[in-house]
Amino acid sequence: MTTFYQLLFSGFALGCVYALVALGFTVIYRSSQVINFAQGSLLALGAYMVSWFAIDKSLPFGLAVLAAIGVCVLVGVVFQRLVLRWVAGQPVFVIVMITIGLSIVIDASVSAKFGANPRLLGDPWSSSAVHPGGVTLIWAKIWTIVTVFGVLLGFFLFDRYSRYGLAMRATAADEEAAMAVGVPTRRVFALAWGVAGAVATVGGFFLATFPNQLDPSISAVALLAFPAIILGGLDSPAGAVVGGVTIGLVEELTKGYQPAHASWLGTNFYVIAPYVVMILVLMVKPYGLFGRAPVERI
Amino acid sequence: MSATPVLETDGLTLFFNSVAAFSDVSLSVDEGEIFAVIGPNGAGKTSLFNVISRVYRPARGTIRYLGADLLRLRRAQIAGAGIARTFQNLGLFGNLSVLENVLIGRHHLMRSGTLRGGLYLGFAQLEERSHRAAAMEALEFVGIAGVAHRPVHILPYGIQKRVELARALAMQPRLLLLDEPVAGMSTAERGEITTLIRRMHERGYSIVLVEHDMGMVMQVAQRVLVLDFGRVIALGTPGEVQRDPRVIKAYLGAQLEEEAAV
Repeated sequence: MTTFYQLLFSGFALGCVYALVALGFTVIYRSSQVINFAQGSLLALGAYMVSWFAIDKSLPFGLAVLAAIGVCVLVGVVFQRLVLRWVAGQPVFVIVMITIGLSIVIDASVSAKFGANPRLLGDPWSSSAVHPGGVTLIWAKIWTIVTVFGVLLGFFLFDRYSRYGLAMRATAADEEAAMAVGVPTRRVFALAWGVAGAVATVGGFFLATFPNQLDPSISAVALLAFPAIILGGLDSPAGAVVGGVTIGLVEELTKGYQPAHASWLGTNFYVIAPYVVMILVLMVKPYGLFGRAPVERI
Repeated sequence: MSATPVLETDGLTLFFNSVAAFSDVSLSVDEGEIFAVIGPNGAGKTSLFNVISRVYRPARGTIRYLGADLLRLRRAQIAGAGIARTFQNLGLFGNLSVLENVLIGRHHLMRSGTLRGGLYLGFAQLEERSHRAAAMEALEFVGIAGVAHRPVHILPYGIQKRVELARALAMQPRLLLLDEPVAGMSTAERGEITTLIRRMHERGYSIVLVEHDMGMVMQVAQRVLVLDFGRVIALGTPGEVQRDPRVIKAYLGAQLEEEAAV
């Protein structure tokens, strides 16, 4: 039973990180119907910036995180203002290609600056833990859960009570009409990219605490959040959370039990398991658990 | 005529590439007036709206709103200045609810931004409640409060047209630009919308109306401007315009001329 609780805990913590990564995709999708392929790279940039500020610049850890968030928000907003605004009104495909371009630029810059060797994150927890009832709760994971809940709560309050929450959804639905009713759409897009940058930093940093080291592969790890997004539905923050936690639990529980109970599935089956769940869900609910199917009128 | 006109254009000209969409349009809308712009298809009516709401930049001419230069405002600032518009082909946010669609029209009136809403929730909640009340009131005015929580895209066309009207009213405008509010409607619906526009007029809004339906225009408008191929061919009361030989020619065309010649 201890093993089960242990797996539940680490699965939940991992799921929270996926939820945060998924939320970054959702924010951009909700404001512009674009899947931002640079989200993974922003994540990597955020994590590297935390490490750089904390270790190379020896800032206190909390300050290092804030500084890294600042950098990523700036990158997101500047990218939107300098690049994306010129392709406003172009087909979504064009914008998606440009985000892939941004992703390449960020990945290359990070590799050029920091190289390919793993580096430390500079977090204050290393592997310290508490042990209630024989279950090992690593501090890094406890903080993951706490922070992710804080960020998600903030996002939901923003979505519900800030006028920009509704403005984002309206802009995504019809940019022309949004402008006509007085929504400053340029500010809405910049805000969305800023939020995506901030969420990416926090997500990237906690993602890196899981192997507890940082290397350039982290930007590809972000793609693991894809099953979470698809599972929850692209335009639903609640879906991002449920999808993320589900995928985290599936991954950890498979990792814990499958080698002993279903070894014929081979080693590392836990890597595939989230995608299996994703495909099963899509067969039943093609728009995800929380996504809304577009109703076509004839 | 001592008061400043709500809307005044002078020599307004718009080109698409080298083709004139309309040229030399001068008009002036008085406070509280229903001013109709009519004309055959392609006469430049909707383009005129698009210039006033800053979608297109005119090649020449001026637009003054309450005496101030409208061309100095950006598109998203037009609503804040007090000009609301509806669209010929609907400009609604399909996946949002009716109430949310109306609520978004009040964006420029809301004060709690990201920080304030985040730091002091009480204020944001209070503000949100008052805006919801105002949005509901607008929905009641157009008679569709009952569908406030339905997603817009599942509703019939006639209701969607009303949602647009409610949103425009919720914006607390001084000037309403209505682009073909009864297009594609049944006779009964036309009658209801016409009554609604009259009631808006009684509330004191200044209204510019683009419409195909001559009967409706003649019923509600105080003055009518007739565009034909981008040129103003007549301007006056509905009665004057109806008798104008150039208007008759533009609407009934060469067919009538031929008959007269026989």
